[in-house]
Amino acid sequence: MNYEKYLNPRIASVPPSGIRRFFDLAATMKDTISLGVGEPDFKTPFPIRNAAIESLMDGETQYTANRGLPELREEISLYLEDRYSLSYDPDQEILVTIGASEAIDVALRALVSPGEEVLVPEPSYVSYSPGVIFAGGEPVGVETLEKDDFRLTGEALEKAVTPRTRALILPYPNNPTGAVMTRADLEKVARVVRKHDLLVISDEIYSELIYGGHTHVPFAALEGMAERTLTINGFSKAFAMTGWRVGYACGPKEIISVMNKIHQYAIMCAPRQGQVAAATALKTGRENGYEEVRRMRDSYDRRRRLMVDAFRKMGLHCFEPLGAFYAFPSVRVTGMTSEEFCSRLLREKNVAAVPGTAFGPGGEGNIRCCYATALDKLNIALDRMAEFVKENT
Amino acid sequence: MTKLETDLLDLLKEDCRLPLEKLAVMTGASLEEVASTIDSLEKRRVILRYSSMINWDLTDRERVEAMIEVRVTPQRDMGFDAIARRIYCFDEVKSVFLMSGSYDLLVLVEARTLKELAAFVSGKLSPLETVTGTATSFVLKRYKEEGVIFDSGDSDRRLVISP
Repeated sequence: MNYEKYLNPRIASVPPSGIRRFFDLAATMKDTISLGVGEPDFKTPFPIRNAAIESLMDGETQYTANRGLPELREEISLYLEDRYSLSYDPDQEILVTIGASEAIDVALRALVSPGEEVLVPEPSYVSYSPGVIFAGGEPVGVETLEKDDFRLTGEALEKAVTPRTRALILPYPNNPTGAVMTRADLEKVARVVRKHDLLVISDEIYSELIYGGHTHVPFAALEGMAERTLTINGFSKAFAMTGWRVGYACGPKEIISVMNKIHQYAIMCAPRQGQVAAATALKTGRENGYEEVRRMRDSYDRRRRLMVDAFRKMGLHCFEPLGAFYAFPSVRVTGMTSEEFCSRLLREKNVAAVPGTAFGPGGEGNIRCCYATALDKLNIALDRMAEFVKENT
Repeated sequence: MTKLETDLLDLLKEDCRLPLEKLAVMTGASLEEVASTIDSLEKRRVILRYSSMINWDLTDRERVEAMIEVRVTPQRDMGFDAIARRIYCFDEVKSVFLMSGSYDLLVLVEARTLKELAAFVSGKLSPLETVTGTATSFVLKRYKEEGVIFDSGDSDRRLVISP
């Protein structure tokens, strides 16, 4: 049977993820040390896991409210106030979703009409542009450059705006580059956003993982920006809860209400135990000064320094990543493309990394390496990479 | 404790073979600072020893371990210290703790055979004049020690590549 005529051409037009192809290749290898992961190497702290176990023992197996458990929304509101001085009403301005991924998807579907453009800084997380296309819009890449520390500049943004531009996705701290935006950088973006009357989907999933004395500034904290911003966050990275799939979107009640309409028909609600666990994560954090988050962040920070130092010593230019848990070194010195470098590194040295091109064409020449890997393995992987670079320069 | 001291202790506890250069890179301190801080931690006896954690069950060494709950009569002016010191001098004794609760000292003992261990309890420990009673429990299986899980292999269950 020919399925072509049944399949939505819009969806079919999106190429499969560049990561997927690499995943298939890596899956054929044995004993690979992977720097290609996008998640913490910690398990969810036990008290958080235990809260979900107890919830199951108590027979809490029913749907929750569409917008999420009231106690979780209350905790999210307190957390954002406590950590970032953001103020969101738990009843009307917060929607709990299946990971930050769903929040982004639902936001795009709520905001984008056919023919409208959404600006996507690149390199960035793989699902923004497909999400825009699935929603019927046109993604417009805005290249960020290493010379600007991969920050989004006002000028680059201004150049990309057209009369059809509706929204900007703001992905900082950034996956894959590890770039962060300072308040001054964000102010420049805010000026363009105000001038062209844009909305901002600010994906702040890595907000807790920030190093070198920097602090995270949420876009909604800027003067006049709360009314134009959807703040997207979740529990995967800060609390090592990737598999639980719990995230959230906060923003103006008019937008959240439309997002909830999609969410309630498509999803109903995020899984209950994930929500219970997430509420526990925030409540315990609030009570103990986010001790677990700090412990994990300190551990990432040490490995971050180790990795960046190792890349520089092996002769790879590496800009200092100040957020998330990735380094994004340049492999141009080897004369190889990102793809070629990663394929050969995997085949010859059994170390997996992700070609920068998986995150947009601007990623050519760089590779993404995750330092959330056990120290002993990280050291072996870096030694092998050093050999590989030496053999090829 | 300074931040550097805590960072170094965390790192050395995980892997005490990390070279100074790497410790310096990871803590953001200079080589000299790291060396002098470790030196000071050693001198102050914060760091007592650099040892390995070994799973003896995978070796051919014969070995039995027991935890002995010991009740003692504390001595005037010395409390429990004198008897604890007396007990920790025996080579068989690996650890001694003063405990709250229904007994006084918890003594971890290791010997090659059950017979040797029994001989230690009946011949050396119990006869001590301030010891008023002992209860010995043998270790049957070791699951986790010092945060290290013994009965599982590599437990990284992450996908090799993910976005």
